[in-house]
Amino acid sequence: MYDIIAQYPLSAALVALTGLSVVFGAVLGYAAIKFKVEGDPIVEQIDKLLPQTQCGQCGYPGCRPYAEAIANGDTINKCPPGGQTTINAIADLLDVEAPSLDEEHGEESDVKTVAYIREDECIGCTKCIQACPVDAILGAAKLMHTVIVSECTGCDLCVEPCPVDCIDMLPVAKGPGDWKWDMPATTEEQIKNLHSHDIIATDQNNNDNGKQDGGNAS
Amino acid sequence: MRKVWDLIGGVHPPENKHQSVQSCIGTLPLPEKLIIPLNQHIGAPPKLLVAEGDSVLKGQVLAEPNGMVSAGIHAPTSGIISEISAHSIPHPSGMAARCITLVPDGHDRWADIKGVENYREHSPEELLDVIRQAGIVGLGGGGFPTAVKLGTQQSISTLIINSSECEPYITADDMLIREHAKDIVEGIKILSFILGEPEEILIGIEDNKPEAYEALEPYLQDTNIELVEFTTRYPSGGEKQLIQILTGKEVPNGGLPADIGIVCQNIGTTYAVQRAIQQGEPLISRVTTVTGNACETNKNYLVLIGTPISHLLEHSGFDQSKCPRLIMGGPMMGFTLEDLNIPVIKTTNCILAPTGEELPTPPPAQPCIRCGMCAEACPASLLPQQLFWHAQSHNYEHLEAHNLFDCIECGACSYVCPSNIPLVQYYRAAKGEIRKLSLEKINSDRARERFEFQKTRKEKEEAGKAVKREARKKAAEQARAKKANNPSGNTETSPADDIIKAAMARAEAQKASPQEQRAKLERGIVRAESHLESVQKRLNTLEQDATEKQREQALAALEDAQLRLKDAQQKLADLTLPSDTNVSNTEKTVMEKSQASPREALEKKIATLKERIVITLKKIAEADDESLKTALQNGLEKQQTKLKDTEQQLAETPAQTNESTTTPETENAAAAAIARAQAKAADQASMSDEDKLKATVESLQNRLIKAQEKLASAESEGSEHIDAFRSGVEKLQAKLTAAEAQLAQETQ
Amino acid sequence: MALLKLTSPHAHGTQNTANVMQLVLLATIPGLLALTAFFGWGSLINIVIAGIVAVGCEAAVMGLRKRPIMFYLGDYSALVTAVLLGLALPPLAPWWLILVGTSFAIVIAKNLYGGLGYNPFNPAMVGYVVLLISFPVQMTAWPAPLPLYPDGESFPGLWQSLQMVLPFLHAEGIDAFTAATPLDTFKHNTGFLVDQLYQKDPLYSRASLAGVGWEWVNLGFLAGGCFLLYRKVFTWHAPVAMLGALALCSTLFYDGGSSSSHGSPLLHLFSGATMLGAFFIVTDPVTSATSNRGRLIYGALIGILIFIIRSWGNYPDAIAFAVLLMNFAAPLIDNYTLPRTYGHKKSRRATEKKD
Repeated sequence: MYDIIAQYPLSAALVALTGLSVVFGAVLGYAAIKFKVEGDPIVEQIDKLLPQTQCGQCGYPGCRPYAEAIANGDTINKCPPGGQTTINAIADLLDVEAPSLDEEHGEESDVKTVAYIREDECIGCTKCIQACPVDAILGAAKLMHTVIVSECTGCDLCVEPCPVDCIDMLPVAKGPGDWKWDMPATTEEQIKNLHSHDIIATDQNNNDNGKQDGGNAS
Repeated sequence: MRKVWDLIGGVHPPENKHQSVQSCIGTLPLPEKLIIPLNQHIGAPPKLLVAEGDSVLKGQVLAEPNGMVSAGIHAPTSGIISEISAHSIPHPSGMAARCITLVPDGHDRWADIKGVENYREHSPEELLDVIRQAGIVGLGGGGFPTAVKLGTQQSISTLIINSSECEPYITADDMLIREHAKDIVEGIKILSFILGEPEEILIGIEDNKPEAYEALEPYLQDTNIELVEFTTRYPSGGEKQLIQILTGKEVPNGGLPADIGIVCQNIGTTYAVQRAIQQGEPLISRVTTVTGNACETNKNYLVLIGTPISHLLEHSGFDQSKCPRLIMGGPMMGFTLEDLNIPVIKTTNCILAPTGEELPTPPPAQPCIRCGMCAEACPASLLPQQLFWHAQSHNYEHLEAHNLFDCIECGACSYVCPSNIPLVQYYRAAKGEIRKLSLEKINSDRARERFEFQKTRKEKEEAGKAVKREARKKAAEQARAKKANNPSGNTETSPADDIIKAAMARAEAQKASPQEQRAKLERGIVRAESHLESVQKRLNTLEQDATEKQREQALAALEDAQLRLKDAQQKLADLTLPSDTNVSNTEKTVMEKSQASPREALEKKIATLKERIVITLKKIAEADDESLKTALQNGLEKQQTKLKDTEQQLAETPAQTNESTTTPETENAAAAAIARAQAKAADQASMSDEDKLKATVESLQNRLIKAQEKLASAESEGSEHIDAFRSGVEKLQAKLTAAEAQLAQETQ
Repeated sequence: MALLKLTSPHAHGTQNTANVMQLVLLATIPGLLALTAFFGWGSLINIVIAGIVAVGCEAAVMGLRKRPIMFYLGDYSALVTAVLLGLALPPLAPWWLILVGTSFAIVIAKNLYGGLGYNPFNPAMVGYVVLLISFPVQMTAWPAPLPLYPDGESFPGLWQSLQMVLPFLHAEGIDAFTAATPLDTFKHNTGFLVDQLYQKDPLYSRASLAGVGWEWVNLGFLAGGCFLLYRKVFTWHAPVAMLGALALCSTLFYDGGSSSSHGSPLLHLFSGATMLGAFFIVTDPVTSATSNRGRLIYGALIGILIFIIRSWGNYPDAIAFAVLLMNFAAPLIDNYTLPRTYGHKKSRRATEKKD
């Protein structure tokens, strides 16, 4: 045995390597089949991160098509409702650098709005019903329509089609129940405050609900 | 002597309780008005039973419990309901919520109330209902409806009465025990009866209240109630902590004390229960400590629920200039109030008005050195320093792995932190953030579901329509073929049936002509045209230096392309128009149609509908068969309504034609809106604020013009929606003026 | 005055970071006294120079980072680093050695990682190791303890010591009297039984525990450590685990005092920088494990590493290397040693995902 190896070192090496590769290949192949993990397809995972407003601001007819587009290489910064949080999450998932929001598709807003139909002005044309991507508007032809507030994603798509302009995007009313503490100010901010006002604002309450009257900007 | 377990962690801040136990529980004159928040408990807000202007008697129900977890509220004195509106409530946010304002009439007249004479003759359920109706909630600070807690289905082996009162400064329970020990013990007996006489009844009390201990002891002779004293250490009064101290058991994560056979009640609650059962008195007042060096007198008061804090402070010699912050609750878990008109509610055990020296404002936070003092102090065995670290970096996954939600926000970690880090605020913010995110997740999942559902529904509808159309087409063809074969009309099916079917098929083809199919054909035409163009181009280039054969080939290709284009156009025409329309016209109509604006298309539609009506009328006149006649008349009616609809639609369709004809009606409304919104957003992104405003004004002007046109057409047609159109126009005008004003301001 | 809106708790304990650091500084005094008594003024000079350099560097960095300088100097953390490094350096080390070590510790090991609370490695130990690797000659020249001086001689006085440390003060002809440390002696012991060595070498024969002077220095730091434990500046877990592990290892390998013995447990516990390490270095909260269970593991592993490096490594003492190596491991230890939270059946892992 040893003699043969010593005589034909090259062939012996080849044989050994081939043998090893066959063995390891078999092991790996077996493992790949045996321990296969059925992961979520990437589109599913991206879709899960998108805010599901189905607003189409990204240029695709809904969140899932955009998720598919991202999976096919579209940029990930086209979703204003999701904002930077969503971009970061997707960047994290895809392991890419997180870009900032592409303002061409709209601006990020802190205030969540929902559609509101001024019911006495509604003529019952059903146009908004057709435009709603999540079936959140109830009503029938020539009958008054109304928005199911809990289902409205605030996508804005029903405002434009309304012939009598009776749909407003109103900020969601906030009560004490929705309130939460903000993160404390950083040390530097605290020191600054200390010097400027002689008090420390550990809490900076953001009561700026914005003067959003969503319906008028078209 | 009973074995007492040690509190895990904990701190021992200066107690500061002696100030407010010098005198007995006092009362206050009636305030000018009482502000009673509707929701003073955890759970659903109660149902309002009174209206503004009603006069009520003391103890009268103002709102009744609404749902399982809810509590009612009662008039603390007699008087008139002057207002029911939003008022700032005791809440860390300082936000407003619905409150009933009661102006006392000064008579303090009781409504007719009656207690239960011998509670042992009643069933626990009846007693629970009394407690529920009396609006009793956990008075220790939780505010959880007591009846719900007592109504547990699990079998209870231990009833724990919490009189630990571990927070510094607060002495409300201490004083209540000293003065009402007998009633409290009575209340405990009632609770015990309701819970089916648990084996153990323990009163947990810290060793810094010897007077209260002595006051209770005599009444506990010959009872199975055990008074257990343990070392003063904050937060021994936390429900979970007290259970651990007294029994050594831990409430399982995500569970309730009832899961391990324990019910825990605050000692103030037992007193309220006793009052409600034996006197029939609802919860309309409570003992509240008013303390702190910014008040001259520190003592406990029996306060009516709804009494504004300013009233309490006025009678305590409060000096606001010395008091940088006003706290409701104790110095460890209380929250600051920014408004002195905030009322006392059922859970208000203390109003703390410290001076700046007493509780100094915290200095700026220094970096965390992970010294671990917080972990030593944490009663839940968490790692506060790690929680802080992850909260700072918004690392929510790690926060949950570190059991952030087991934090009881007792503040022991912040208390010991040598770096003065507001740890609890970090945890609260992080918790709020996580809750918000999970709520958003739920909402977005639902939105996705609904969106997907809508999609599949629409697809199904389309598929169903296509199948039906196919069937009808076939039927119509067969009928026609039969008719052709049998011109005498002697067919198996009656002519009426035939005609109706054909008409229906036509109508269906017209109405439900699948938009995709048409779009496809149109695309086919476009493709064919471009192909034709390219062939021609090739031919032109060939012209100069090609052989005869090549030229011939090219010409053939050109011809082929032309043929194909014609074919496609023909198909489109077939699809769009009923077969009985003049075929030679179809091409033209289709071309017109595909290029026409929606408005023109609609006009065309109206014209064809009118034509068809005329034809139908003629047919009716010709028909001799009675059944055929009625069928035709039905058809006529349908056609007429359709005509009306179309006209209506025409009225609503923007009169102004779009410059680009790329928005045919085949696209659905949503897609159009998306396109417009995108264009708008794209424009706006590249604009300055002023430009944006200008654009807004412009678009508003356009919309106004459109709306005015709509109005005009509606007026001319005498539409029933004139009013709606008119108000729409007015609104638009108002918006426009506002936008213009803003623009004017901006340009200045 | 408008009422403030602040989060609870509104009360605060009396402890603050500056207090804690001051206590640590205070606790080094017994050890420092012992060092001065047996090895001369060197350690004191080390500390003064290191302190000035450290505070200067910290202020400069804070200035560069545009942070409020006085606020950050007020936590005394730079001073603690300087004192610990000054105690660890050999007395009468040249001034530039102290300068290089301290500035490296403050600027690179501490502030480049984000400043106090963010540094993964103990700054003082990083400074020490950098010097040990770069300037081994200066770093291993320990002066002899006072009892070993020839009769009638003593270590150089304060002025002389200063002249030695700062050569521009015209130091000529003054030379320190250096000697091997107890750990050195064992490292280079060939062929003597432990007992023989103890009798032969005055370093041991004149001592009762583990080497003249050294035992007192260690006892001094032990006393300081106990004071800090009493004041609850840190928990007992890490130091006790470290000392326990070191004692255990040295007992196991004592080998009955043969010539290949690595030294008795007493020698290991009371010579070198053992006690300084156990109570002042291992307990550095920033760079150690966070939970009590984690600190037990962290301390024990440091103890084992110290013994391994002392016995079979190239360096006579090993506190710095052992601590730095375990600094690496601290996050990993943290991951697996979360305490069991109230109401939970068992503890979780820090990286555990939601169900």
